[in-house]
Amino acid sequence: MKHRTFFWFILPTLSAMILFIALPIVSVFVQSLFVEHEQVLVVSESCGPFGCTETTSIDAEATAALRAESPLGRFNGLGTYFDRSHLAIAEVGEIWGESTGLASFLSGLMDLKFYKALFFTLTYTFVVTPLVLILGLAVAVGVNNLPKALRGIAIFISLLPFLVATIVGSMILSWMLDGEGIIGATLQILFNDPSLSIKASTPLMWIALMVYGVWHTLPFSFITFYAGLQTVPQDTLEAARVDGASKWQTMMNVVVPHLMPLVSFVTLMLLMDNFRVFEPIISFQAEAHAQSLSTFIVSDLREAGNPLYASAGATSILTIIGVAILLTPVLIRTWRDFNAKSH
Amino acid sequence: MATRAETRLTPLKITSYALVATWLIIAAFPFLWTVWGSFKVQGDFFSKADWTNAIYGVFTQRETGGAFTFAGYYGAWIQEEFWRNVLNTTVIVFFTVVISLTFGTLGGYALARSGFRYAFWILMAALIFRAMPHITLVSGYMLPFFEWNIWGLKGTAIIVLVAINQPFTLWMLHSFFKNIPKDMDESAMVDGCTRFQAFRHVIVPVMWPGVITTGLFSFLLAYNDYAVTSMLLSKPNETMVPAVASFLGSVQVQGNIMFAVAAVVSATAPLFVLILFFQRQIVSGLTAGAVKG
Repeated sequence: MKHRTFFWFILPTLSAMILFIALPIVSVFVQSLFVEHEQVLVVSESCGPFGCTETTSIDAEATAALRAESPLGRFNGLGTYFDRSHLAIAEVGEIWGESTGLASFLSGLMDLKFYKALFFTLTYTFVVTPLVLILGLAVAVGVNNLPKALRGIAIFISLLPFLVATIVGSMILSWMLDGEGIIGATLQILFNDPSLSIKASTPLMWIALMVYGVWHTLPFSFITFYAGLQTVPQDTLEAARVDGASKWQTMMNVVVPHLMPLVSFVTLMLLMDNFRVFEPIISFQAEAHAQSLSTFIVSDLREAGNPLYASAGATSILTIIGVAILLTPVLIRTWRDFNAKSH
Repeated sequence: MATRAETRLTPLKITSYALVATWLIIAAFPFLWTVWGSFKVQGDFFSKADWTNAIYGVFTQRETGGAFTFAGYYGAWIQEEFWRNVLNTTVIVFFTVVISLTFGTLGGYALARSGFRYAFWILMAALIFRAMPHITLVSGYMLPFFEWNIWGLKGTAIIVLVAINQPFTLWMLHSFFKNIPKDMDESAMVDGCTRFQAFRHVIVPVMWPGVITTGLFSFLLAYNDYAVTSMLLSKPNETMVPAVASFLGSVQVQGNIMFAVAAVVSATAPLFVLILFFQRQIVSGLTAGAVKG
C-alpha cells in the first residue's frame, strides 16, 4: 500500500485518537502544572471618628475576571504533585522521622488520602486478579467436562455478569447486600447479629467490592481459557494418558503450560481494568470506606462550582504512570518479539 | 469416543462440577432475584423479616391487590422520565457504533495491508491508548470543553466515545482483515480498480462477520459507559447508566427505591437479548485477540 493511500485510510481514526486521547493527556499534564487562582482581596480603609480600620473583602468581580482571563490558573510547576493531597513529600518525611517501625510508618501513611487511595487500588488489583485467573481456569475446565448441550447454557449465563454495565451490576449486588436485602439479612441471621451492616464497616466493604470485582470479571478469564482448552492438542493428551499420568498431572503438566500465553494476555487485561476500579465504589456508595485513584479524580472534578482541575490532573498523571509501570513488562516483551521477527 | 474411564465420576470431577454449578448460581441469581423483585413493592424487595415475602409478594398483595405490580416501572419511565434517557442512549449508542466502525474498518484495513514499520507503531500506540483509564482522559476534556462551550452536548459525547473506542476497534479489525487473503483486493487492483474501489467492491462484501463482532463490543462500550457519559453530558442529555446512578441518590431519599430497581432491570434487558442472539460472536470476539496472540 502506498504511503499516500495509507494516509487517507488511516486519517479519520488517527485524528480521532490524537484529538481525543493524545491531546487530552497533554492537556491533563498542563492542567496539573497550574493551580486555581486565589481570590482577589481588596483592603479598604474606612476612617471614622475613632480612627481608621482596615477591612479585607473578596473582590468577586475581579476574581471572576481573572478566572475568565486565564482559566487554567496560575503556574505552579510540580507543586501540586508534592502537596498534601498527592505525594505529600513533606508529610511523608515527617511521618518517616516520627515512626518507630515499618508498621507505624505505614499506618501514618494511611492518613494521607493519596496513599490511602493507592493502597486500596493496589489491594483491589492484586487480590482480584489472581482470584479471577485461578477461578476462571477452574470453571473453564469444569465447563469443558460438561456434556455439549449444557456448555452453551453455561456460557450464556456466565456472560451476563460480565456484559452488564459495571455501575448497574454493582447496584444489583449492593441492594442484595443491604441490611434489609437478601444477602445482608441472611448474614445477620447467620452471625446472629442484627446490627451487622456491610455498608458501615470498612473491611466488609472492601471485601464486598472485591467479591463484586471477581463476580464481574471472572467470565472474561473463564471464556478465554475455555476457548484455549479447545485448542489443546489431543495427541499430547493421549500420550500423557498412555504414560499413565493422572487427570491432575495432565492438567498441571500439559494443559496449563499450553494455556500460558493466554494467562499473560488475561493478566494484562485484568491488571489494566482493575487498576482503574471506580464504578463499584460509586454504586456501593462506599466513598467513605474506600477511595481509589479514579474516584479521587472524580471527586475533584465534581467539586461544586469550582472543579479542582490541577488536583485532578496531577492524580490523573500519577494514575497513568501507575498503568505504565504495570504495562512495562508486557510492552518490553512485545518489543523483543517484534525485533526477533524483524532480524 | 468416551471410554468408561472418562465417564466414571471421580472426586476431582465431582468437585469441578460442583464448582461450575456454584458459579452458575452465583452468576444468575442476582439477576433473577432483581428481575423478580422489580415487580414487587419495596417492603417485599427488602424483606428483612422473611425472605420468602420477596417471592410470594405478601406486601405487594396487601398494597396493590395483585402479586405483581408495575408501579416501579411506571414511576421510573413516566414519573422520572426514564424514557428520555432511553432515547438519549439509543441516539448516542447508534452514532457511536456507526462512526467508530466506519473509522475502524478504514484504518484497520490500511494497517492490515501496509507492511511499513509505522503501521506497527500505530498499533502499539493504540495499545497504550487502550490502557488509559477513561477517567483520566475525562479530566483532560472538562476544561477545554467548558471553554469552547461544547460541554453537555450529545455530539461531544459521541465523538469522545468514538475516539475511546478506536484502539480496540483497530486491533480487532486489523487482525480480522489480516485473515482475508491479500490476493482478493490485489487482483481487483490489477484489473484497474483504485485501492478504495477494491476495498469498496471486494472487501466490503466479505467483511460483515468481523464488523458485526467488533460492532457488538463498540455497542457494549458505549452502552455501558459511565465515566464519560456521567461527566460530559448535561442532565437532559443523560444516558441510561448515569441516570440510574443519579436515581440512586434521589429516589432513596423519597423512599422510591423501586424506581431505581425498575430502571436497572430496564437497562439490563437489552443486554440479555443481545447475548441471546449474538452469544457466538461475543465469545469469538472476546477470544480473538487472545487466541491469536
